[in-house]
Amino acid sequence: MRRSLILGTALALAACGSHDAGWHAKDVSGLLPDLEFRMTAAGGGAVSAADYRGKVVLLFFGYTNCPDVCPTTLAKLAAARAAMREHRDAVQVLFVTVDPARDTLARLAQYVAAFGPGMTGLRGDDKALEALVRRYRVAYSRDKPDAHGEYAVSHSGGVFVFDATGRARLLVRPEDAAPEIAADLERLAAGG
Amino acid sequence: MDLSAAREAAAFLLPWEFSPAAFLLCVGAVALYLAGLSRLPRAERPHGARTLAFLLGWGLVYFVMQTRYDYLSQHMFFVHRIQHLVLHHMGPFLVALSAPLPVLARGLPAGFAERYLRPLWRHPVTRAAYRVLQNAIVAPALFVGLIFFWLEPPVHFEAMLSAPRYALMNWSMLLDGVLFWAMLFDPRTREQGAPVGLGLRVWVALLCIPPQIWIGAHIALADRDLFDVYAICGRVWDFTAREDQGIGGVIIWIPAAMMHVAAALILIGRWMRADRDRASPPKCAAA
Repeated sequence: MRRSLILGTALALAACGSHDAGWHAKDVSGLLPDLEFRMTAAGGGAVSAADYRGKVVLLFFGYTNCPDVCPTTLAKLAAARAAMREHRDAVQVLFVTVDPARDTLARLAQYVAAFGPGMTGLRGDDKALEALVRRYRVAYSRDKPDAHGEYAVSHSGGVFVFDATGRARLLVRPEDAAPEIAADLERLAAGG
Repeated sequence: MDLSAAREAAAFLLPWEFSPAAFLLCVGAVALYLAGLSRLPRAERPHGARTLAFLLGWGLVYFVMQTRYDYLSQHMFFVHRIQHLVLHHMGPFLVALSAPLPVLARGLPAGFAERYLRPLWRHPVTRAAYRVLQNAIVAPALFVGLIFFWLEPPVHFEAMLSAPRYALMNWSMLLDGVLFWAMLFDPRTREQGAPVGLGLRVWVALLCIPPQIWIGAHIALADRDLFDVYAICGRVWDFTAREDQGIGGVIIWIPAAMMHVAAALILIGRWMRADRDRASPPKCAAA
């Protein structure tokens, strides 16, 4: 009985989780906890999730020395934001560095500014970063430094999207294109 | 070993996400067993190999659920497959093989089993559930069905993203594993009250092999990323999706299927012994 109950519950959960009511990105409503963090914004001092209530927040993990995933993803998010007709200013990209040792606040600020407006770099101490990656079940790992002390960091490629109330709503996958992301953001910013 | 390596090893053994239920289950089962063992007269104690199987079974389950190993399982597909191999196959297999009930019963306070467990066990609801689940049709269907269910790509995606669903997945595998192998390795014969006879149990063990080979091979040989959640949330090691899936699929394909072959061989051995004993009843009916 217990077993069939578990299976039944699992089936019911799966059924209500897979409603993708016309979103392009993956609908993750109810799967992930609300946005919460305490970090330092590049060029903005201490910030927390509450400072971004009222905005559609795109949370992305990366580092400024990243050779591929980060620049392409940030460029795509910038293009999606630029493609929005209304509500563009209601969209905020938060780029959290997983390499705080090399990514200083100044460097982060300069990096995100290169991609366009509406982007903020975030840097936290080990504890704050650990709490955030744990919360969103994200992994990253630093490779061994080479002879010049340079190293790569492998990390997640998804972008977590939160609505104006801070609830986790969408997960943008690497294959989602800018026009689709723009359409999703427009709908989310309009209260969809 | 220098100090930092020791500290790192100790950190690995701490739970990634502490689960009071998993802790109580593993530690409680072992404590109860050891208490029972200490109360049993030396002559009635089970063979050392049985005790070892019981402790190893729960030790493995604890390791994959309540150490940093759990973190690796959340971020590498093949590590996750080994985790399920332990939760659904190895751990419960070893525990069931140790036939621990007489020892566990001795570990309980005197009269506890008679007063609380027996009425619960004899309750019509328990009996009905037992009959529905522990038979030669539902048990293997559920065993294989659960493997397929959690490996359905959209279901797997959400289980890896949502903490409660992840817990549900692992608990469903562990509980189903315990039920399945307990039915297969029931020390009683059909005449003594086991729900399924020995010959039929051999068949049940073997019946579960082809679907697991099929899904294991299907995943191992897939030429696209079936489980993109690992790319989206990040892998711990620098593996491509196909490498990760290749190893993960082979784990379902070979070791998981092999456990069923091992179970079938053990059961055939018992079956032959039971047959021989029936032909010439042993003078001393011990064990």
